[in-house]
Amino acid sequence: MQVDRVSRQYVIRKLLIMIPSLLGISIVLFALLALAPGDPFDELATNPAVPPEVRAALRAKFGLDDPIWMRYWHWLIALLQGDWGFSFVSRMDVSTLILQRLPVTLVVIGASQILAILIAIPVGVLAATRPYSLFDQIANTFAFIGFSLPTFFTGLVLILIFSIQLDWLPFVYRADIAATGWAFYWEHIKQSIMPVTVLGLFQGAALVRFVRSSVLDVIRLDYVTTARSKGIGERKVITRHVVRTALIPVVTLVALQMPIVFSGAIVTEQIFRVPGIGSLLITSMLSNDTPVVMGVTFVSACLVVIFNLIADILYGWLDPRIAFR
Amino acid sequence: MALFSAFALGLILFGVLAGPLIWRVPINEIDFAAKLQGPSWAHPLGTDDLGQDLLSRLIYGGRISIAVGFAAMVVAIFFGVLVGAVAGMSSGRVDAALMWVTDLFLSLPQLPLLLLVIYLFREPVKGVMGVEGGAFVLIVAVIGGTRWMSAARLVRAQFLSLREKEFVEAARALGASRLRQVMQHILPNALGPVIVVATIDVAAAIIAESTLSFLGLGFPSDVPTWGSVLRDAKDYLDIAPHWALFPGSLIFITVLAINFIGDGLRDALDPRRVL
Repeated sequence: MQVDRVSRQYVIRKLLIMIPSLLGISIVLFALLALAPGDPFDELATNPAVPPEVRAALRAKFGLDDPIWMRYWHWLIALLQGDWGFSFVSRMDVSTLILQRLPVTLVVIGASQILAILIAIPVGVLAATRPYSLFDQIANTFAFIGFSLPTFFTGLVLILIFSIQLDWLPFVYRADIAATGWAFYWEHIKQSIMPVTVLGLFQGAALVRFVRSSVLDVIRLDYVTTARSKGIGERKVITRHVVRTALIPVVTLVALQMPIVFSGAIVTEQIFRVPGIGSLLITSMLSNDTPVVMGVTFVSACLVVIFNLIADILYGWLDPRIAFR
Repeated sequence: MALFSAFALGLILFGVLAGPLIWRVPINEIDFAAKLQGPSWAHPLGTDDLGQDLLSRLIYGGRISIAVGFAAMVVAIFFGVLVGAVAGMSSGRVDAALMWVTDLFLSLPQLPLLLLVIYLFREPVKGVMGVEGGAFVLIVAVIGGTRWMSAARLVRAQFLSLREKEFVEAARALGASRLRQVMQHILPNALGPVIVVATIDVAAAIIAESTLSFLGLGFPSDVPTWGSVLRDAKDYLDIAPHWALFPGSLIFITVLAINFIGDGLRDALDPRRVL
């Protein structure tokens, strides 16, 4: 198939474009690390039991006196080989630690994005089909409130209402639930409700406005008028003709908002003590565990780049007007 | 809605600026006899776990939070306009390189990067400029340094279309230098949308500062900002909910008001985007 071959080329080209961005990110991270004052061998300098020659030998062995581009090269090679260093605090490899924590974060982020989409699409479409109606104004006001509410405050208010006042939901996320079978899943769902809601509502609020304006852009196009004049019911015109086209930019936005979602995830994980990479980042910063900090930052940057790639590919797949150039 | 928001924001600004003149309780007066109290006449917003008066702490914190918001906005807009203007005026390689950097910064996860910079540079900057000043400069610099991209793209787009307009061509024909074309003719006409972005940036910067302080990596606890008061309060939610609710609501109201003002400005400055 001709189309298949062309679209495969498109994907491969997007993959190749990803490489310079990843390299750019790694340069930014390494530059920050190298510019930051502080020498890993400072402690040895103040230790009288370590003679200066030993210190110099150690510096030479670990390549600290090499020119900066060589140090970057070594660092990058180690990073690519999966050698991300060793956590001072947890006494284990950084990569193992991150792999342990990553799934929880991905589940929370994924669930909250789904919640956000489930809220935003119906509300945004309804608001756009009746612009300036009462419903539109209410939806708009709530959207504004939603993305003006900082996630750390929403989280605390939810804890106050549902955990302390009503005592319905647990406010500490536990990974070691002792139940089995259905009870196990039920406990997990119960403790995920609040973090997912906090993130989902925040994302949903931003998406509602975007869905609304995207639908409004499409609804005035000629082909929609054509569909109406053919006698297709209004409901079908909206669901089959308008929404399908209007959602294309929304897909891109969902992926482009991933950096913001990550920021939100760090905060929510901290509030609800979800054992994900966000709370790992904060705890290792507070305990000066630099290898873990670098690793987590790099992983979140990679995830963002990957989501951007997914957005690009989905965009090309959904919108045939975007030629697979 | 925008007018009402402007009024609310004015009220908060007046409160934090004139507050210390009216409410003279010091922010760090410790009174264990009055700790964790709810609102009363002696302490209109209650007290925290050391019996410090929350009203005066929130007035003081509001000054810092709002000052950070505005200062970070100025940094972000300055860099954004600079990068956008240079990219918009010079086409070709410079433009492509600057836009690549802009896209790169857009795809960096903002909060981890903010946290990383503060984590790595906190101690040395503190050593140079003192605890409070160092934290202020560092936080403003990093928030501003990670938020200039949308302004840059906007300014570039404006420049690309404006520089081909007849009035700029006329100025060019009259022999105006490049700098004069930009400063006198293009930039003033590109500023409308930039003002909207700047307004919304203030709100975003206030949220960013509060988030950093809330996570314990912004201002230290002895410097009250709205975020750091909230952080101290979160462990006492069950016995002293007022302690968390007041700073949280202040952040929320301020940010909401600024966002509404930004939306109003957008409608006022760009009539095409009303729908």
